[in-house]
Amino acid sequence: MKIPLSYTFRSLWTRKLTTLMTVTGVALVVFVFAAVLMLAYGLEKTLVDTGYDDNVICTRKASQGELSSQIDRDAINQIKTYPEIKLSKEGKPLASAEMYTVINLHKIGSGDMSNVVVRGVAPEAFELRPNITMKEGRMFALGTNQIIVGTNINQRFDGTQIGESIEFAGDHWQIVGVMDAAGTGFDSEIWGDAERILSAFNRSNAYSSMTFRLNNKEDFEKLRDRVAKEPRYNYVELKRERVFYREQSEAMSMFITILGTVITVIFSIGAMIGAMITMYSSVANRTIEVGTLRALGFKRRNILSAFLIEAMMITFIGAGVGLALASTLQFFAISTMNFTSFSELSFGFALSPSIILNCIIFAIVMGLFGGFLPSIRAARMNIVNALRAS
Amino acid sequence: MNNSSTIVSVQNISKSYWREKLEIPVLSNISFDIPDGEFLSLMGPSGSGKTTLLNLIAGIDRPTSGTITVSGNNITSLNETSLAKWRSNNVGFVFQFYNLLPVLTAYENVELPLLLTKLSKKEKKEHVQFALETVGLADRMDHSPKQLSGGQQQRVAIARAIVTDPTLLVADEPTGDLDKHSAEEIMILLERLNSELKKTIIMVTHDPRAAEKAHTTKHLDKGELS
Repeated sequence: MKIPLSYTFRSLWTRKLTTLMTVTGVALVVFVFAAVLMLAYGLEKTLVDTGYDDNVICTRKASQGELSSQIDRDAINQIKTYPEIKLSKEGKPLASAEMYTVINLHKIGSGDMSNVVVRGVAPEAFELRPNITMKEGRMFALGTNQIIVGTNINQRFDGTQIGESIEFAGDHWQIVGVMDAAGTGFDSEIWGDAERILSAFNRSNAYSSMTFRLNNKEDFEKLRDRVAKEPRYNYVELKRERVFYREQSEAMSMFITILGTVITVIFSIGAMIGAMITMYSSVANRTIEVGTLRALGFKRRNILSAFLIEAMMITFIGAGVGLALASTLQFFAISTMNFTSFSELSFGFALSPSIILNCIIFAIVMGLFGGFLPSIRAARMNIVNALRAS
Repeated sequence: MNNSSTIVSVQNISKSYWREKLEIPVLSNISFDIPDGEFLSLMGPSGSGKTTLLNLIAGIDRPTSGTITVSGNNITSLNETSLAKWRSNNVGFVFQFYNLLPVLTAYENVELPLLLTKLSKKEKKEHVQFALETVGLADRMDHSPKQLSGGQQQRVAIARAIVTDPTLLVADEPTGDLDKHSAEEIMILLERLNSELKKTIIMVTHDPRAAEKAHTTKHLDKGELS
């Protein structure tokens, strides 16, 4: 690169309007691309953050999630006795056998009905998930029809304020608290006493899952193999909690990414054509300059790289603007159907260094494609013809 | 014929352009030598081939046949990359419309040919300052072309042409876009470069007053030297 960058940059500046329009086009495409990636990452992050590395979740083999999983009380009680499971402050196994189901609630505003997760938990559930705190009100009392709701449920559904009651399983359930699960999937759930909820749904002997804490993270494989060899409950599958939730997010995350990428690629063709038109116009306006540079001894490759860099500079600036706009999406939350639990899941857009890098690479590729043909035209100009262009 | 004082040797040069299948001859079998330190003007009516001949000697165009030797190098046998390198080392260009890059300052325009050299930043600065001082524009180095008059722009272009200390200066109608006073200044400057810095200058011009400053004038008519 012999031609100074100042020449490239100032050439862009002299054509402010066309540069601005092209930058805007690229910025919009990068915005869409970044938004899609942020959405997929936000979903993954919400679900993955829901789990802990040293927590293990037991579900039925081949179940697609907790909703379609059932584990007998006997198996639960047997697994709880394994010495690899950490003990709680009270000296009991730090494990929560849970009931997981969905109910319908009306959304605030639209009044539309949506599925919401109800999770019956053991008292140890809170020690297992230390990021969950009571935001308002108090904990539910064991053996009662008291429940607490996640922050997203509290904000998005009718009748979910403290003191109000909701109806499910043929009974009334009083809301006594709002929990803050630090942006994880639990914010989109309703929690109550597992035994009371099992009974209400007539499932006294069938839990959905059990989550427990290991004494030592490294014991996981050993424990998993032991459970797999036990004939009485070898239908139970153990997974690290974080792995379980990552798998839960995979299908949806992939769907968003593929759909978004297809849309973005279509948009990007428009942006590349815009960049190409800008660069063709730039080359046409600077024919004599190209001829002069070539006469002075600059080689074809110097001209080619100067114009390519100019195109990439446009798309790079566009990427910066698009990313800046997309970063504001982090202040917004979105709710959608979790296809694994068929329930409403609320999550935010999340930006990561890899998304920034992907957007910059995407923009540079747009610049390369959009700028390539005009740059080739500039580089292939005959010097004499270019100098006569006036 | 080459001898110790010949810097440019043009031998049997012909040049034709093609418009679709029609051959348009521009130069026909031209031969002449230019001695080192010469100030040569090429005159002739429009379309006589003088700019084409200048372009061939400067290495920005190729003859249909014949050879051109500059300082012992047969430039007609060089490939494009070698020819570009040869131009950057050996030829300074002065154009009728100055051809300065409008987005660069006078200093940056003059510095452009030095970007192709391996000189240090300090050396480049010294060269640029010397070139601008030579043309009397050291105090305008931070000005952009549009902040300069036509005569001043042409002087910046001349500074750009001499900054690499080339063997040859080629000037295509250097006064063609200037008023009488500015044209006179440019011709005085070119004379000085020839007499004081010993630059060999080949100049295409329509202006008889400009041609008078040259040591030798060659006339071209219909692609032949007359």
